[in-house]
Amino acid sequence: MKGYIHSTESCGTVDGPGIRFVVFFQGCPMRCLYCHNPDTWQPHIGQQMSVDEILKMYESKSEFYKKGGITCTGGEPLLQIDFLTELFEACHQRHIHTCLDTSGITFHEDPKYLEKLDRLLKVTDLIMLDIKHIDPDEHQKLTSQPNENILKFAHYVDDFGVTLWIRHVVVPTITQNEQYLFQLGQFIGTLKNIKALDVLPYHTMGLPKYENLEMDYPLKGIQPLDKEDAIAAREVILKGMKDTLKKSH
Amino acid sequence: MTFKQKWNDAWDGFQAGKWNKEVNLRDFIQLNYTPYDGDDSFLAGPTQNTKDLWAQVMELTKQERAAGGVLDMDTKIVSTLTSHDAGYLDRAKETIVGVQTDKPFKRSLQPFGGIRIAEQACETNGYKVDPEISYIFREYRKTHNQGVFDVYTPEIRACRSAHIITGLPDGYGRGRIIGDYRRVALYGVDKLIEDKKNQLATSQTRMTSKVIQLREELSEQIRALGELKEMAAKYGCDISKPATNCQEAIQWLYFGYLGAVKEQNGAAMSLGRTSTFIDIYVERDLKNGVFTEEQVQEFIDHFIMKLRIVKFARTPDYNAIFAGDPTWVTESIGGVGVDGRHMVTKSSFRYLHTLSNLGTAPEPNMTVLWSTRLPNNFKAFCAKTSIETSSIQYENDDLMRVTHGDDYAIACCVSSMRVGKEMQFFGARANLAKCLLYAINGGVDEKTKKQVGPKYRPVVGDYLDYEDVKAKYVDMMSWLAKVYVNALNIIHYMHDKYAYERIQMALHDREVKRYFATGIAGLSVVTDSLSAIKYAKVKCIRDEDGVVVDYEVEGDFPKYGNDDDRADEIAAWLVETFMDMVRQHHTYRGGVPTTSILTITSNVVYGKATGSTPDGRKGGQPFAPGANPMHGRDSHGAISSLSSVAKLPFKDAQDGISNTFTVIPGALGKDDQVFAGDLDIESIKGEE
Repeated sequence: MKGYIHSTESCGTVDGPGIRFVVFFQGCPMRCLYCHNPDTWQPHIGQQMSVDEILKMYESKSEFYKKGGITCTGGEPLLQIDFLTELFEACHQRHIHTCLDTSGITFHEDPKYLEKLDRLLKVTDLIMLDIKHIDPDEHQKLTSQPNENILKFAHYVDDFGVTLWIRHVVVPTITQNEQYLFQLGQFIGTLKNIKALDVLPYHTMGLPKYENLEMDYPLKGIQPLDKEDAIAAREVILKGMKDTLKKSH
Repeated sequence: MTFKQKWNDAWDGFQAGKWNKEVNLRDFIQLNYTPYDGDDSFLAGPTQNTKDLWAQVMELTKQERAAGGVLDMDTKIVSTLTSHDAGYLDRAKETIVGVQTDKPFKRSLQPFGGIRIAEQACETNGYKVDPEISYIFREYRKTHNQGVFDVYTPEIRACRSAHIITGLPDGYGRGRIIGDYRRVALYGVDKLIEDKKNQLATSQTRMTSKVIQLREELSEQIRALGELKEMAAKYGCDISKPATNCQEAIQWLYFGYLGAVKEQNGAAMSLGRTSTFIDIYVERDLKNGVFTEEQVQEFIDHFIMKLRIVKFARTPDYNAIFAGDPTWVTESIGGVGVDGRHMVTKSSFRYLHTLSNLGTAPEPNMTVLWSTRLPNNFKAFCAKTSIETSSIQYENDDLMRVTHGDDYAIACCVSSMRVGKEMQFFGARANLAKCLLYAINGGVDEKTKKQVGPKYRPVVGDYLDYEDVKAKYVDMMSWLAKVYVNALNIIHYMHDKYAYERIQMALHDREVKRYFATGIAGLSVVTDSLSAIKYAKVKCIRDEDGVVVDYEVEGDFPKYGNDDDRADEIAAWLVETFMDMVRQHHTYRGGVPTTSILTITSNVVYGKATGSTPDGRKGGQPFAPGANPMHGRDSHGAISSLSSVAKLPFKDAQDGISNTFTVIPGALGKDDQVFAGDLDIESIKGEE
């Protein structure tokens, strides 16, 4: 089997623990306004790579990844769940730590799908779940997709026992909002296996890509978020978490 | 030999060994140093005196910049060990003293490399060498530069003018020699003179030219050591005897180095590997309550400050090649001993800590000899200091220790040599990218259209054929290697004759291993060019004379810097092939041929002198520095890029392979203020 791969990065330092080999999958159903990889949206294009080819690239540099592993991101890796599972199964045979960076958008409660997902989760050491927006309407506006299944996905993988990191991008005027951040924290507080919270300040580094693709940049005029504001946002989310944890006592 | 005086009070508390009977710094260090596994919490900040002195240096620097780059130049006194009186920043505040002339920021006059260059260095900075000095050096005292040009062949001159061989040290000091300045501190100069006299007395007496040269040099060395004592005496120090404490040890050592920079304006005047040596004295003094941590750090701060203000008179051309006004005062720190103990001491931390106490600076070039087995606390401290200052160079100790043991140091940026036992004949670089264009054009220079190389058959047809180009390239490189090595033979013969490094060589053993260094520029340009010819289609664009002056690349090709063996194997082949060609030639004084891939700064100048290349690089565009992939062509991230570099065979580039790595801090990992790492759920609950 071959997967559609946008590119690989040999020195990933921000996509999971340690130094990681990062595989960018091609194709994504979300259309997040702040997406900095719009070139990964369209499915079924890009280079086709086999599991062996990817692992060969990994192995030749494995010395660097002793405390890291492999991270699949994109695009949305779950769009190619069969290929992803094959890759992660091969990784586990070689004792390579596997991390999935996903939006959870492909989740649906169809038994056939869940069977596939279970097989993948068995060989997934860490999921970095990127919750774009906690509010259903705002989520729809921000990403063109509902968030119902995403939140279900979070509970499903949490119940399965996979370690979770939650990521959240704080965008001025969109997610930089006390109420939403607090709600997000309340939701995160219901997850048992959460190990980290990653608050990412919005940046504009994706802008040149839009220009190259001759696309309009939807968030034109919105300034990157200051570090201080990101720290403040993180505090609000933690407050929300505490609120839930208090209630569950 | 054994020293007449067997033991010295200055050595009390040190463990005795072979070093008491012979000059043997490694033995002294191995028997006496204290590895340190702890963290940086013991370090002391700058004293008020340090702050005041540094403020003074910054003020002088400001004035120097305002004056156009040079504050003052000596135009009358030829710099020697004893030519100038003592000079100070602020005598009352300095704990380590000594500047190159009679005052700081005044550049010395060093005409032995070449009077013309010395005059130019003055004139381009608005000064004029005293006419009498000019007259003497033009009429009576031949220089290195004149000697070289007396012997150069027309072919060598043509290669020089066409910049296929560039940066040759034929008009300036070759540098790259590290005196073992620690010897001055450990033994005192009298013992070193005694040792050198013994070397002279026991050297051969059948007067071959080799023996004559050696005996003359040994006599020069003995004389220089005597003058070094005189020089120190001007500062009120008697260095005839060993240093008795760490302040003296640093001071004696620095005097050795100061002597070297008073007499040699070398392309790189590196310091050696001194921190762990000094630490032995520091440990003894701290134990005996002689000095406090604050005092020790102050000595080291003042020492490093002195190294930062080493300055030479140089021309704008020279500075263009080396991008600025570098002195390459490289200090090698850390590493692992052959017995398996790491060699990090508290003073390794103290040296690096000067980057915080004095602020960041390119000199001295602090170089950490990196090993996976260095203690974690030191690794963390290095990482922290790198992030804060971008001022640390890293070199692979695990690789170099195999060849050089555990008492080697780096000269310039990557040239490794055992301190006091090995030296190098610096050899600049051959431009292998231009050589490829010569191969394509049958020896005709693509810019001047002159026949510089041999008139071999040029490439015919519109498209380049890989096997054809490669075969022609091998022939052209073989020619270039011959001309290049010959030029270097002349240069080093004349440098020894007219600008001998007497004080630096006085701080070496008699039997010295000499590396005959060569270097290559354009590695990634040639690799990508050959890869483009092999894996894509490269069309030749000819001018009206039929000379290929540009190329059109049709299709994509594997590029060096992506951990792709198809390209990386070409790079490895290139290094190996050129090195083997260099090895085929006679080298002056039995020099062991090596090569380096390290054009850290001159890549811009080399690029300017080279026409368009088959990889799609346009004429005049810079090369990548050193062994770096071409800018923007490494598209698979840092580790892939580094992996390509790591495939270059060190055995064929023993003079070093350099890779300039630039990264925005954010790409090194997350800011821990925003990114929590592990969330401590229990503590969040606990806060209720």
